[in-house]
Amino acid sequence: MFNLFMTFLKIGLCSIGGGYAIIPIIQQQVVLNQGWISEKVFTDIITISQMTPGPLAVNTSTFVGIQIAGIPGAIAATVGCILCGILISTLLYEFFKKYKHSKYIFEILKSLKATSLGLIVSAAFTILLLTFFGTSTLNSYIHGDLLAMMVFGAALFLLRKYKVNPILMMSLCGMVGLLIYM
Amino acid sequence: MKEKIRFYLWLCYINLFISTFTFGGGYVVIPMIQKYFIEQKNLFSEEELMEMAAVAQSSPGAIAINLTILAGKRTAGWIGILISGICSILPPIIILSFISTWYVAFSNNLYIAAILKGMQAGVAALIVDLIMDMYKMILEEKSVLLNLFVPAAFIANAFFNINVMLILLVSSFISVVFLFMQSVVGRRQEHV
Repeated sequence: MFNLFMTFLKIGLCSIGGGYAIIPIIQQQVVLNQGWISEKVFTDIITISQMTPGPLAVNTSTFVGIQIAGIPGAIAATVGCILCGILISTLLYEFFKKYKHSKYIFEILKSLKATSLGLIVSAAFTILLLTFFGTSTLNSYIHGDLLAMMVFGAALFLLRKYKVNPILMMSLCGMVGLLIYM
Repeated sequence: MKEKIRFYLWLCYINLFISTFTFGGGYVVIPMIQKYFIEQKNLFSEEELMEMAAVAQSSPGAIAINLTILAGKRTAGWIGILISGICSILPPIIILSFISTWYVAFSNNLYIAAILKGMQAGVAALIVDLIMDMYKMILEEKSVLLNLFVPAAFIANAFFNINVMLILLVSSFISVVFLFMQSVVGRRQEHV
């Protein structure tokens, strides 16, 4: 159990850039180095983690933890995975707040904001490709999903114009999906 | 005191809710926090949310968790960190411990796949909506450099798969060099 916690602590520390960056590191540690689960099970875990609510990194570590040592394993793995991030981001935020009056730190923070927005755009781009073309790679899109584009357009319109509550929005989209894809 | 407890309960409930409805990666948490913490409750500014998002992305681990922790810390201090942390990992642990026993059946279920496909379009709309709001703020800075960072980071990440850490480091470095050069030029003009 301690080993599980330490492994995920390492995983959490080594991964910058969120869910999709964490997956290859988990794979390397858990499948190749420790041999806790097989490649096949790992692929299933990723699929399920994407389908279930919650951040991808948390889902994947929870699932791996359950497979190895049940619910206590899930808690050990998840806490290990998020601990470094929590500590570092809290300290970093305090640091920026404290030195905001320094011209250089302020400038760095501003550039980080712009860059991180660029990274968010990149994540949105991946999700849009997946939604419209069912693929996240650029080379194989021929059949665009027109219905998905319409759902997306309607949802965006409602959000911009009426500032609809996001959870209501998600539930609505889920229902529309059930209606049009069944 | 009563106010405080009421706020802690709200924080607990909102984190459980956000975590339960976050599909597909941590980025959806950013618009969720924008809607509930800023538009509904006015707890901090959009500017601060962008700072938090930048810090959450520059730190290791799950971006979604880092961000909810920062929002918790900002609004309720150390207790806020504890509440946000526990409440945002609880739903995935509970849901996955149920699903893990029959996950093959779950992943092959057509109804679930249809619902998820609809939700994916919703997630995309939420993120695009957020990007529009945030981009407006970058434009207001009226800085050519900052305006270039957004597409540059996007292209570097989406088309060239460049490591996120590297992108963040390079852009901070460029901005520091830029500021340094500006101050040198400024000083020279003073001398003239």
